[in-house]
Amino acid sequence: MEAFSDDILVFIKKECSRYETRRSAIIPCLYKLQEKRGWISPEQIGQLAVAMDIPPVQINEVMKFYTMFNQQPVGKLHVQVCNNISCTMNGSRELTDHLCKTFNVKSGEVSSDGRVTVSKVECLGSCDTAPMMQINDEYYENLTPESATKIIEKLGK
Amino acid sequence: MAEVKIITEHYDKDEFISLEGYKKFDGYKMLKKAFKMSPQQIIDEVKSSGLRGRGGAGFPTGVKWGFLPDNGEERYLLCNADEGEPGTFKDRKMMERAPHQLIEGMIISAFAVNSHKGYIYIRGEYSYAAKVLEQAIKEAYDAGLLGKNILDSGFDFDLDIYRGAGAYICGEETGMISSLEGLKGQPKLKPPFPAIKGYLGKPTIVNNVETLASVIYILRDGVDGYRKYGTEKSAGTKLFSVSGNINKPGTYEVPLGYPLMDLINNECGGLKPGRKLKAVIPGGSSAPVLTAEECQKANMDYESLAQLGSMLGSGAVIIIDDSNCMVDMLNVIMHFYHHESCGQCTPCREGTGWLHKVVSSISSGTGRLQDIDLVDEVASRMMGRTICALSDAAAMPARAFIQKFRNEFEFYVREGRSKVKGVTDAQL
Repeated sequence: MEAFSDDILVFIKKECSRYETRRSAIIPCLYKLQEKRGWISPEQIGQLAVAMDIPPVQINEVMKFYTMFNQQPVGKLHVQVCNNISCTMNGSRELTDHLCKTFNVKSGEVSSDGRVTVSKVECLGSCDTAPMMQINDEYYENLTPESATKIIEKLGK
Repeated sequence: MAEVKIITEHYDKDEFISLEGYKKFDGYKMLKKAFKMSPQQIIDEVKSSGLRGRGGAGFPTGVKWGFLPDNGEERYLLCNADEGEPGTFKDRKMMERAPHQLIEGMIISAFAVNSHKGYIYIRGEYSYAAKVLEQAIKEAYDAGLLGKNILDSGFDFDLDIYRGAGAYICGEETGMISSLEGLKGQPKLKPPFPAIKGYLGKPTIVNNVETLASVIYILRDGVDGYRKYGTEKSAGTKLFSVSGNINKPGTYEVPLGYPLMDLINNECGGLKPGRKLKAVIPGGSSAPVLTAEECQKANMDYESLAQLGSMLGSGAVIIIDDSNCMVDMLNVIMHFYHHESCGQCTPCREGTGWLHKVVSSISSGTGRLQDIDLVDEVASRMMGRTICALSDAAAMPARAFIQKFRNEFEFYVREGRSKVKGVTDAQL
């Protein structure tokens, strides 16, 4: 198991004193841990618990409550296609199916080369530009199956 | 009537995003005015303006502020930017196009309610908006607009951002407070309301992004000026997020009481050629759906929509044309609420699961006729029995879809396929 780097330890310390209670720093610290590899392992939770001086169970219950924390490895490009109402009306199912086929994955799966995960997600608040997807932190809007494929291929290079 | 751009007047200008640009268009001028007023005067103005919460519940803002106990306890002002109601995106636009407007609205509101610490709780997915806000907060601190003794007024206010991490329920104010406290974002039993016991047990005001920004224009235009638009009980303008099957989806600011069909046909450029209006969800996915016929007489204000058995909600208007299958649409909505139920109340945890299961069985062609009534029966028992409104938010659309489009559900059960040509079995 790799020890936390200094910059992570500094970040944790800073966040722990940023809010009125130390627990409020759990979400920001989980984001920080996820930054590097795209997901958070049980070992990292244990380390974070020690660094924050908070029982691991409290960190775990927070992590598991929120959908943005990945408890399993995801592809380098985490493609999240909104499949809520306005996006569905504007072709998000066809879009998701096309991407799954193109990158040879099932929804939620990591591609065999570890580069892409395609998942269906709930409303991302971009309904006027449907269909849309989020890749890692960025939004991509007004998509067609072809334009989305191009974006992913370009980012993957 | 047409669009009235009060809040969104300068949203098309990129320079409005920066402090310098915002100031050019009278930014922070109302903050200076506020500091010359007494906090009570501001609260009275907001009360008289008739401003109602723009997040979804529509509770009068000034009245909410008035609930704060006068016990000398520290108070918190939280901005609810956890915009998650499907169909809603106006707060994102506001934060991305006018971060200083929100900050100014928050400082004025904090001064009015005598709070010295505020947070903007923003949904995790809005990382770009969060970056824009972070930059704006930094600019505001550097310019002495946040921190100690703001503009030599003697008033201190610190503001920070807190990012959620993907949970619809955190848009519910007590769920949001739990989340900010570092817990699972589960709502808390009310009363006590947050104004009495909120963040860390301290008196807390939670207001939506648009609500806080509106306060600026109430001070600018005065009560009469603000009430020039809207209706007696639904005052002012409102931002509507319009999406679905429509030519020009987007965010539109119109006076409350604006006719729905005008919004669709004038501002939004109408439907695609050859398409007919089938239904509209007028206030986010939890608002009961309106039939095309009901849309003809619908005005976009709290009372008119309540009269039609629906609600204004967050102002998310979802336009559904005749190419959509209502069974399929309901399945998408039920999947969402099942996914987002926080699980602490049995009627919601079990009910949302059952609704999704039954609707999904109908939409996969294996439903029975009695399942249609089962949906209504399950939904009817989910209402008013839980800690927060998510359970009702799932039950309301289920009941309205079944009631108003029953023939589509019956057709699906009888024939094992959608009544709408080209729609195949749901894939969710």
